[in-house]
Amino acid sequence: MDFAAITLWFLLEKVILIAAIIGLSFFVAMYTTLAERKVAGWMQDRMGPNRAGPFGILQPLADGGKLFFKEEIIPVTSNRILFLLGPALAMIVALVTSTVIPWGAPVVTTTGTIALQVTDVDMGILIVFSVVSVGVYGIMIGGWASNNKFSLLAAIRGASQMVSYELPMSLALIAILFMTGSLKMSEIVLYQINHGWNIVYQPLGFLLFFICALAECNRTPFDLPEAENELNFGYHQEYSSMKLGFYLFAEYINMFVSSAVMATLFLGGYDIPFVNEAAWGLSPWVYSLLSFGVLMAKVSFLLFVFIWIRWTIPRFRYDQLMNLGWKKMIPLALFNMLLSAAILLWLKS
Amino acid sequence: MSISHLLFWILSVTALFSALMVVTSRNPVYSVIWLIVTFFAISGHYILLNAQFLAVVNIIVYAGAIMVLFLFVIMLMNLNKETEPARHKWLQFAGAVSGGALLLVLVSALKNTELKSQQSLLVEGHIGLIKTLGQELFSTYVIPFELSSILFLSAMVGAVLIGKKD
Repeated sequence: MDFAAITLWFLLEKVILIAAIIGLSFFVAMYTTLAERKVAGWMQDRMGPNRAGPFGILQPLADGGKLFFKEEIIPVTSNRILFLLGPALAMIVALVTSTVIPWGAPVVTTTGTIALQVTDVDMGILIVFSVVSVGVYGIMIGGWASNNKFSLLAAIRGASQMVSYELPMSLALIAILFMTGSLKMSEIVLYQINHGWNIVYQPLGFLLFFICALAECNRTPFDLPEAENELNFGYHQEYSSMKLGFYLFAEYINMFVSSAVMATLFLGGYDIPFVNEAAWGLSPWVYSLLSFGVLMAKVSFLLFVFIWIRWTIPRFRYDQLMNLGWKKMIPLALFNMLLSAAILLWLKS
Repeated sequence: MSISHLLFWILSVTALFSALMVVTSRNPVYSVIWLIVTFFAISGHYILLNAQFLAVVNIIVYAGAIMVLFLFVIMLMNLNKETEPARHKWLQFAGAVSGGALLLVLVSALKNTELKSQQSLLVEGHIGLIKTLGQELFSTYVIPFELSSILFLSAMVGAVLIGKKD
């Protein structure tokens, strides 16, 4: 590829798209924190935050401002470089995952097609998994660099949880790949538009994937890294101010991105169910915006389920978490994979 | 100079520099982190050769799984300068000699390869794409593939046996 092949228009398109997706991730994550507190209030029969702005909609800004103005403490015994690297890594990894997700139907104009996706590589979903597997380092490096035994133990607890639940997650994914026959995210969505949503054919796979996503995002019932009342907080015990904010915020971004991945893999991505919206003859921009809105509706629903679970279920003990992961999730995921393979073989022959 | 060449040079410099830092870092945790950077640079090289699957798997397996285990062990052992055993002079000498011997073997092995005719195809090769790779693995190389999976399985069973409390 030569420099000449990269036109200004191409660069501009990608830069705008990346900026928009990062902005979207921040915006959704901000308002997920508010939604979390509002839903908690609703479930516990109280008002929730309602002082900052009408219905409390400025609350996330107030929270962010508070975190920025808090005193920043870097422990003298900590490893300064790695202490700063930890939250940065957590944030970078959380933002990188969204590159391969198709955010809406491509805009087909007379001058060309604009994909609402930063890049549509052959490896698609595997890129997401590789980034997730690297996500452990933000936790481990931060926990170790704090030079606090509790932080280190919590970091190892969190990291082993993430590593354990990656396995059933990828096993549940394999069953999807059997059906779609491609790792490309755009083709997985197209397959679902033509053949129906994957959740219909893979209900067990979706359940397993969803539970693993809860564990990967450190959400209840798997939020051991944040159990401040019984496990003395987590890997971010020594962090204060916006560095703590980065860790917590990265988790909300992870929640958003994993909801988007699940919506794309199992819930048809940007597809509107039961109708053939491509035949409506909408103008391309309206059509793409509509499909983007549909994807965001699915993501919002999944985020609500995340929050709903948090305020309903108590957290697991550590041995229960490991037993569930290794002795129940992995055999179930293997069973699901073999069953799907057998049925697909039988249907094809 | 094309973008591929530019990327090649950036990745090569990164890979060599981080590999050197792995060896020269005093703190073992730094070494592990530099090794992860090296793996990423090597994955970048794979992508330049259009071996996308290899690139992603290199990150998932090496950078994502094996190095996490390394970090686990090193962090829990709490290695630092105070607890580092003093090395003998002759041990360092022996290390230098054996390392040099390995380098000599590698260089002499590479000297006779047909580097000129076996030059890699930048970006345009299709051999590393997942479709080609899968077809090759499950047709031409199916027996070695299955044998190595049995090897992995036995290693897993062995690890479970060792880790089991009786």
